Amino acid sequence: MSADALPRVTNVVLAGLGGQGVIKASDILADAALRAGLDVKKSELHGMSQRGGSVTSDVRFGTRVLSPMVPRGEADFLVVLAESEVEVTRAMLRTGGVLLSPDLIPDAELPNKRSLNVALLGALSRYLDLPTEALLSAVKAALPDRLHAVNERAFELGRKVALAGAAAVSPAGHPRP
Amino acid sequence: MDRQLLSGDEAVALAALHAGVALGTGYPGTPSTEILEAFSELGGRAQWAPNEKVALEVGLGAAFGNARALVTMKHVGLNVAADPLFTAAYTGVNAALIVVTADDPGMASSQNEQDNRRYAVAAGLPMVEPSDSQEAYDFFFRAVEISERWRIPVLFRMTTRVCHSKAVVRAGSNGPAAAAGIGSVPVPHFEHDISGRVMIPANARPAHRRLRAKLAEIAAWGETSPLNRVEAADRRLGIVTSGVSYLHAAEAAPGAGFLKIGLVNPLPIELARTFAAGVDRCVVVEEGDPIIADSLRTEGIAVESKPEMYRFGELDVARVRRILAGDTTPEDPPARGRPPELCPACPYHTVYATLRKHDCIAAGDIGCYTLGVLPPYEALDTCVAMGASIGVGLGLRHVLPPNEARRVVSVIGDSTFVHSGISGLVEMAYNPPPTGHVVLILDNGTTAMTGQQEHPATGRTLDHAPTGKLSIEGLAKAIGIGSVTVIDPYADPEGFERLLLERLAASELSVIVARRPCILAAADIRKWESQAARLRASAPEQAAADLPMGDR
Repeated sequence: MSADALPRVTNVVLAGLGGQGVIKASDILADAALRAGLDVKKSELHGMSQRGGSVTSDVRFGTRVLSPMVPRGEADFLVVLAESEVEVTRAMLRTGGVLLSPDLIPDAELPNKRSLNVALLGALSRYLDLPTEALLSAVKAALPDRLHAVNERAFELGRKVALAGAAAVSPAGHPRP
Repeated sequence: MDRQLLSGDEAVALAALHAGVALGTGYPGTPSTEILEAFSELGGRAQWAPNEKVALEVGLGAAFGNARALVTMKHVGLNVAADPLFTAAYTGVNAALIVVTADDPGMASSQNEQDNRRYAVAAGLPMVEPSDSQEAYDFFFRAVEISERWRIPVLFRMTTRVCHSKAVVRAGSNGPAAAAGIGSVPVPHFEHDISGRVMIPANARPAHRRLRAKLAEIAAWGETSPLNRVEAADRRLGIVTSGVSYLHAAEAAPGAGFLKIGLVNPLPIELARTFAAGVDRCVVVEEGDPIIADSLRTEGIAVESKPEMYRFGELDVARVRRILAGDTTPEDPPARGRPPELCPACPYHTVYATLRKHDCIAAGDIGCYTLGVLPPYEALDTCVAMGASIGVGLGLRHVLPPNEARRVVSVIGDSTFVHSGISGLVEMAYNPPPTGHVVLILDNGTTAMTGQQEHPATGRTLDHAPTGKLSIEGLAKAIGIGSVTVIDPYADPEGFERLLLERLAASELSVIVARRPCILAAADIRKWESQAARLRASAPEQAAADLPMGDR
């Protein structure tokens, strides 16, 4: 590796509460990056999370990823599944990073509340270089057949509202082109 | 070559399978638990032991019998297994014995952040430490190689971030062990070696000398082993590091030279001496205790150690930048989200409400039920070690004035009780306090905190197949506890409260088994029980064929 020229890595932090599917969402995102042929690492702390506490998971992908953890203030994207976790995790976001919070997804249109994680991945997909097919394949690989249709709809919903405009995205800013 | 996204734990399991490990055993403990679960799912023979000491002894026996063995535990588990560990270093092994110690710097899910690299030095065992999942896979074969070449157990140290982070792994796809350069899978058989394995003093004295001779050879081997790697670059800054700290440092200081250590005991002293001499400034970046730094300095190698404040907690890229900058200004406090809590439908809310209502002095233990210490209950007074609730409760009973002593209750979970509470109960029967004592065993039918693993009192093996079932109440009676009662505190909260008050008022020895399945495990438990019932109803040969693992 040449000095001072680390390859650019995309940093995503996902956050929520135990039981919301944060880890599932980060598994899907990491798998999509793997399918796209990239180096990828993801990291979170297990153990206590299923007891309803705060959960965050870091996903990093690019040509070469070193540390598995997103440094504070360096997340390009912060995807939050529970409103209460937005303020707790906001410091992870870099200046100009994009916050995707649960209010982005219209409740009434979400086919199943448990698909919020996949809907937010759909919204995130609008900003990523990853092929949408890689993400959708990863969604299907992570879930049983009977949940494929509902989660595909959730993914499309998230992608649609994110594409519909920056107004829905936090004033935290926009990603680099 | 196939690319897979694996956690460090999963990578170890896959390597163990490819290395021909005949038996994996351990006790669940974050962050090590998933190794044996993954090994079992891959088709390996994996089993939970009642505790880490037994697991290590089973693994040692397997290795004496010329079979490769894997034993897994979290860092504090190695305290429990330390007794056989230190003498297994003397006896050595025939086939490989790899002992995974999964440390938890930062205490994501542990009661302390002890640095188990110290165990390698104390016991005199080689210790291998990977940085990520790929190295967890690759280094496992090197650990097997060391273990069989020098016939010595090898400690395989992982940390929370290495265990639980997922990363891309390219596993040898052209077949098992052969591809990785270790010998063929040994065939189990027994050879007598009384002087080598019966550690009476006359045999142990030469055994200790043999151990030190082996370590000297391993140290020499380590100087050129691929486990230790120099990445030379700019001579202005050299970083000596190991484990996940290497990855943080490589990101924090992309221009630096690195001595990346994979064999953390014995350390490659001469390699480090040459490396340090070749750079203007040499900094050791290590998580936890300053072990590498102190060792190198003792050898007269000029290295900088991190400031004391970085002994505490995990490292990350930002903290490594601070270490390299010599920055000791106060750090931003980490973001604190919502703490974990007892599940809303946990059957033990009643228990904690009752303990609090009556101002009990609760000697607690380790598991989900430790969460009873948090608001709203704040109903635990101590939590120290697995099984400690009973001994600590007895000690309090012995010395407190009677009016206080009568409020003391020991609270322990089912898996923890089997792990190391049984001896406490024997102590209670042997040295009863004047006011008696009450032990409350919260039997939720699973090792809940670590993700619902089986244990001897569930009557199911690691892969949920039926096996012999330990009766907790039967054991308590056999030990000689006069009053043993089983109650469902969820179904009958008033009855539970009456029973607890009655037992606290009596100057007797009591065990109350508060039995109600963990809400998270209940559906699975019902499924496995009905599977077992179907098996019992069918012919025995059919039963064997239907078991989840056909070879049981």
